Amino acid sequence: MKFAIQVNEGPYQHQAADSAYFFAKAALEKGHEIFRIFFYHDGVNNSTRLTTPPQDDRNVVERWAELAEQHDLDMVVCVAAAQRRGVADEGEAQRNGKDATNIHPRFRISGLGQLVEAAVQSDRLVVFGD
Amino acid sequence: MSTLHTVNKSPFEKTSLAACLDHASAGAAVLLMEDGVYAALTRTSVEGQVKGALDNLKVYALGPDLQARGLLEDRVIPGISVVDYAGFVDLAAEHDKVQAWL
Repeated sequence: MKFAIQVNEGPYQHQAADSAYFFAKAALEKGHEIFRIFFYHDGVNNSTRLTTPPQDDRNVVERWAELAEQHDLDMVVCVAAAQRRGVADEGEAQRNGKDATNIHPRFRISGLGQLVEAAVQSDRLVVFGD
Repeated sequence: MSTLHTVNKSPFEKTSLAACLDHASAGAAVLLMEDGVYAALTRTSVEGQVKGALDNLKVYALGPDLQARGLLEDRVIPGISVVDYAGFVDLAAEHDKVQAWL
């Protein structure tokens, strides 16, 4: 079965980023396909490569990146939500006159159309958030 | 075909469980997860509400979230099934849509 996952909450906030990760991992282990993971609202904070948790804590960003690497997942960050929260790739930084980027290379910034497409193309859309 | 509802907030903090139970159709399933698992316990003020819901809904609780909170399965209301993440995935696949009560 084809799943799409939407993450509305940032890492280290409550539990949604963790729940979404464990759901995605379990779905992949069962042989399901994940069409896309869409990060929306504070969820865009799951994509900053500058995240540096204490050594004995999980690294939510790296954990997503590793799962994406293993299963070639498409992880999309909402552009408007990212701009508001200072999450930028090269293109966004240039367009908005910023001097740095912070997005992890396993994520990409795009628009809400990507969420709609994921909902249409997948059998189930599962939403995690606050 | 029916809906899987997910409730991730404690019923002692938010009203999402009550809203969910009011809207869920007979035959639907409700998965209690994250702080929502507190609703699965016996001897709370919402026990009657949850037991009433069991008459026409299936209710599940996410085991890892019970364990993370130090809640033992022997305090879970009889009739509620405890599932792990793989079980959550199965529930999402078995129902025709998943509605999160955020």
